[in-house]
Amino acid sequence: MNASDATDTLAPLDPVEFLYHEARLLDDGALPAWLALFADDGLYWMPLRREQREDDIHTSLLREDPLLLRLRIERLHAPRAFSQQPASRCHHVLQRPRLEAEDGSRGEYRLRTEFSYTEVRGNERYVTAGTARHHLVTVDGRLRILRKRVDLIDGEGVLPSIQLFP
Amino acid sequence: MQTTTPLDAGRIRGLVRDGQVHRDAYISPAVFDWEMRHLFRNAWVFLGHDSQIPAAGDYYTADIGNTPLIMVRHADGSVRVLHNRCAHKGARLVSAECGNSGKFFRCPYHAWTFKLDGDLLSVPLKQGYADPGFKDCPAGKGLAAVRHVANYHGFIFVRLSEHGPGFEEYFGDALSSIDNLVGRSPEGKVEVAGGVLRYLHDCNWKMFIENLNDAMHPMVAHESSAGTAKTLWADQPVDAPKPMAIELLLPFTEGYAFSDAMGTRVFPNGHSYSGVNASIHGGYSDIPGYEAALVAAHGEEKAHAILADVRHNTVYYPNLTIKCAVQVIRIARPIAVDRTLIESWTFRLKGAPEALLDRSCTYSRLINAPTSVVGHDDLHCYRAIQEGLRADPNPWVNLQRNQEAGEFDTLRQQGSTVVNGTSEMSMRNQFDAWQRYMLADAVQAPERALEGAAP
Repeated sequence: MNASDATDTLAPLDPVEFLYHEARLLDDGALPAWLALFADDGLYWMPLRREQREDDIHTSLLREDPLLLRLRIERLHAPRAFSQQPASRCHHVLQRPRLEAEDGSRGEYRLRTEFSYTEVRGNERYVTAGTARHHLVTVDGRLRILRKRVDLIDGEGVLPSIQLFP
Repeated sequence: MQTTTPLDAGRIRGLVRDGQVHRDAYISPAVFDWEMRHLFRNAWVFLGHDSQIPAAGDYYTADIGNTPLIMVRHADGSVRVLHNRCAHKGARLVSAECGNSGKFFRCPYHAWTFKLDGDLLSVPLKQGYADPGFKDCPAGKGLAAVRHVANYHGFIFVRLSEHGPGFEEYFGDALSSIDNLVGRSPEGKVEVAGGVLRYLHDCNWKMFIENLNDAMHPMVAHESSAGTAKTLWADQPVDAPKPMAIELLLPFTEGYAFSDAMGTRVFPNGHSYSGVNASIHGGYSDIPGYEAALVAAHGEEKAHAILADVRHNTVYYPNLTIKCAVQVIRIARPIAVDRTLIESWTFRLKGAPEALLDRSCTYSRLINAPTSVVGHDDLHCYRAIQEGLRADPNPWVNLQRNQEAGEFDTLRQQGSTVVNGTSEMSMRNQFDAWQRYMLADAVQAPERALEGAAP
């Protein structure tokens, strides 16, 4: 399989299948296609602490709207992104996502997914685990990510560079 | 191959010469060990902020060099610093980073207890120590307290060595950056808030510290991040309101002329700050209500002077760096010769709108986090040095940019000097202090330096 195989596949309409598809895009490095899964007012958020709420004034590891995510993705491919020589790769192993709430009539779903995550670059390896919470909405008949919250098990710990997306 | 000459004061002296530093300063485990036992004991080193321990019994723990310490709020309101080592068998007494100990510390191994000033409170089955000699040995005296502790606007610094300069003498006018940070609060008070980022750098701690006043790297190392931000934002209308993140990232694309004109002020003992005349923090948007609150507190003139002083990074040598204009500090905690933990803390300005803390947290996330697109490229460069220095033919790191004859005489006479922003004088100045505090024991207590062991 290569990146284009995944990119060419339309995002599934089933919310659980949608999350498997999302992880596949990340692991294949199909980042523009992954970004396209976000709603225009979407947010990818990796707080520092499990107790953190979205409106707390507190530092996070990552908190990016589609503009900042686009910056991050385009920068990864910039010829002078020195920290990407060699490039990073990542891999997710997902537990089956659990549907925690749904409003079928509006096509709105909240899911919780336990995952393991590995990111490698050259001889370096970072292995972690965490919980992802997705809030999916339906826009023009397609599922989109309104919120993705990722709580790493070691978010408050000592971390190496994390260059991709757990 | 790394040099294998045995380490002594003469060898340490030979590691710095004519604006160059020998690679052993960055890659030799023996030199690192010497730094922990001498440099970090003889310098005044930042431990924590007293806002972290507001109530009696509150404690915060951290290591300075390789010495584990506890900073605790005593019942009398003062801040005490104790060695985090049970007087009995040496167990680290407190393992948590912070908490409240109540009225005493209790060892988890044999339940010896100690008062908040370190005095031994009780030992189970005390009759087992009937020997009158017990009281006079170190165990009977309790936890060793650090005698040289300074509290400057809540910033707690310690000097572990019995010898050396006083706090004010050591920092001199470099303390004005802490004054500026604290002055930005309408109440003149700051407190640690917003969480701590912990980013492991697999490089020597000094590479990080040197980089703080290195104005020749942003336009090169950060081209991919800030440059991409600039390209993305170029499509927007000129008057489009900039998201805070874009506003914080764009200035990293400033070129050499801007960097050079920023200016760097250098102080004796390794301290310096960049951004004397201008800095990348000069163009942020106003936060409603803040300026008025500051003017009400300080008066028009002083408030505007504080806000106009937009210093970039201040280095409090050896390992505290602060950005007063965004209320962010970073502490470089050496772990091994090629491993350093960088902690980033943010501060709330008491009496100021919470939007300022929000900006500090946003800045810290974008620039200092393990996920930072800016930080990734910095760390890549430090690692590259750590690896590249193994190449044999040239063992010297060159820091000669804008080196001038007699520059240290001028510095000592004047108390501080301003150099062009791209000068490497701040780094030469760090190594001037490095040598002084590495060798201070050889000068003051030669037997300690010879044994290579702290008393």
